[in-house]
Amino acid sequence: MIPFLALVRKDLRLWFNDRRAVIVAILVPIILSSFFGYLFGGQKGSTEMAKIPMLVIDQDGSDISRGLITQLAGEKTLDVKPSELEAARDAVRKGKATAAIVIPKDFGKDAGQALFTGAGENGASKPELGILYDPSHSAELAMVRGMLSGAVMQVVSKEMFAGNSGREMVNAALAKVQNNPQIPVADRKALRDLLGGVKELNERQDQEGAGASGKAGFSGGLSMPYVTREEAITSGVDVQYNGYAHSIAGMGVQFILFMGLDVGIALLVLRQTGLWQRLRAAPLSRTMLLGSRMVSAALIAGFILFTLFSFARIAFGVHILGSFAGFVGVCVAFSLMTAAFGLIVAALGKTPEATRGYSIMATLIMVMLGGAWVPTFVFPAWLQKLTVVVPTRWAIDGMDGMTWRGLGFSSAVAPIGVLLLFALGFGLVAVMRFRWRTDG
Amino acid sequence: MLEVKSISKSYGKLVAVSGVSFRADRGETIGLLGPNGAGKTTTVSIIAGLLSPDSGEVLIEGKQVKSDTDPVKLKIGLVPQDMALYDQLSARDNLTFFAALYSISGAKAKQAITDALDLVALSDRADDKVKTFSGGMKRRLNLAAALLHDPQILLLDEPTVGVDPQSRNAIFDNLEVLKKRGKTLIYTTHYMEEAERLCDRIVIVDHGKVVANDTLQGLHKLLPVTNILAIELDQVDGFKPEQVLALPEVTSAELKQNMLRVGVVDLSRAAPGILNWLSANGHTYRHVSSEQPDLETVFLTLTGRSLRDAK
Repeated sequence: MIPFLALVRKDLRLWFNDRRAVIVAILVPIILSSFFGYLFGGQKGSTEMAKIPMLVIDQDGSDISRGLITQLAGEKTLDVKPSELEAARDAVRKGKATAAIVIPKDFGKDAGQALFTGAGENGASKPELGILYDPSHSAELAMVRGMLSGAVMQVVSKEMFAGNSGREMVNAALAKVQNNPQIPVADRKALRDLLGGVKELNERQDQEGAGASGKAGFSGGLSMPYVTREEAITSGVDVQYNGYAHSIAGMGVQFILFMGLDVGIALLVLRQTGLWQRLRAAPLSRTMLLGSRMVSAALIAGFILFTLFSFARIAFGVHILGSFAGFVGVCVAFSLMTAAFGLIVAALGKTPEATRGYSIMATLIMVMLGGAWVPTFVFPAWLQKLTVVVPTRWAIDGMDGMTWRGLGFSSAVAPIGVLLLFALGFGLVAVMRFRWRTDG
Repeated sequence: MLEVKSISKSYGKLVAVSGVSFRADRGETIGLLGPNGAGKTTTVSIIAGLLSPDSGEVLIEGKQVKSDTDPVKLKIGLVPQDMALYDQLSARDNLTFFAALYSISGAKAKQAITDALDLVALSDRADDKVKTFSGGMKRRLNLAAALLHDPQILLLDEPTVGVDPQSRNAIFDNLEVLKKRGKTLIYTTHYMEEAERLCDRIVIVDHGKVVANDTLQGLHKLLPVTNILAIELDQVDGFKPEQVLALPEVTSAELKQNMLRVGVVDLSRAAPGILNWLSANGHTYRHVSSEQPDLETVFLTLTGRSLRDAK
């Protein structure tokens, strides 16, 4: 036991003596997770999102186009500015605007027509609204498209039911329907009743408006027939999502894996030195030499996690809202997995120089697929299924589950089990494949 | 104490060690002398249990090292050629760690560390970090680290590489103390002066094979000459050493620049005849001296190559 403890103690002393290693392992993940945490919702989801810069080119100049611009400008998430076509195209290309909406000439007239007949004036196709967009902002494009649909429906319907051009259009449409023998009699009657009703409504509003000024009447246009009540499902009724909980887990996992990788590389370097000869000359078993390295690496990993989550608790209010035992279990299992990962790097690597390159790549892939950078729910479905074979996914999901999701110990059992299995597998392969002799 | 029996080791087609055998008794110092790449380090690694021989065996007090944890390993102390110390730790912390590898702790470890530091004269720097040490001090601490478990056999793999003459002498003094304490030392080197100064027996290895194994005196007997007459000539134009070789009692004659080296069996009988012949033939000289043949000469005689130039 004395040699084992001495080996572990020596590793810990060497690591803590290496200030650069400590700073990289603790300070860098704190900085990065603070940044990512802020981006992904921050503390209590209070972070205000940046407005989407959008330009509008009004080539129509109608009441409808002006109303549409006013409606869009009222959206909280949009920063709407008027522009000209070429200037807007240039701004989008340079990334200064995410999208530009082109309202073509006669849009108001054609849109009103299309609202009732499904076609533009004189049977022309529906009018087009041009959207110039930055292809690197496809997510924002979907938002813009949704808001534009709502705004167009509201403004056009309002104008059709209550505006001057709408009245003219209703009258014209009524005349067309009445004189059109191609429309079946029953359909003609139904359309005549609908348009006649709209005309009657408009006339009554005119009379009421003249007699009692200030009465609003029907002036809002069509709007969404519902509002949403959104509730973030977290660990408790009043507990809100904390983006830092995920980012601290993700960045912690990443930099602990790098620490594990360093352990492996250090073993490869050690094997080329006189120190390795001295260790091998002592009456120590191979299990003790590798096992002590695994325990010291796991302790360092545990220390890093403890420090990161302590910082996150103090600075960002990240709490373990689920099972504390489950959280500890996930951390311990991940620490052991990291240590075993370090050993397998040493076992499979030949020279430190060659090993460093491919093991950094392997680590980054594990980190990326594990959801350390962005949560795995943004991955395509097939990739989400694939990532269950990546140990980091289990570690991050386990930590998320025990922190902001507030899940019980039973939810930690699977991550703990999978991580321990990875640790065991890596450890066994490392012991079997490690080249003890320096004779190649 | 230590018996190396016909050990061989190859790496693919490269034969590192081929049928090396020697023995070392208690208190004896054996020098493994040979050029770089001769197989010295491989031999030491096999003795220390770091490498398994392809054939042959190593017996320590009649027992083989059979596993990593074999107690027989406690009888061996290894001083690797590469520095085997943690630069970031103090000398005392290094020694505490290496003592613990042999399950030595507490008061026993403290005493062993004090003794080792005293021996290598580093007690006053015990609490300084090794990275602040000079190369010679590190070499001495490297030696101390192998002594903590009081091994009977000390394997020293070129322990003076890269140190200044003063530190080298300090290490020699340390080794002489250990020798007096009855330790068996196996000392690898390619410096003939070191082997001549320290070793009771010298095993000369070349290309993985033992080419000689004897005491210094015994090795000298292998030579065809016992003395060399060195004559610095004034002029060498037209001088032919073969003419000297034809003289009685002369066994070799070599001319390098204006230095003539003549090998003779009996110096007192041969010298007057050689000097008279030179004078009679108009070859004047400015300096005459006699030399004992050294291990370099032995190596040259046995392998046909110079020890330092051999590859």
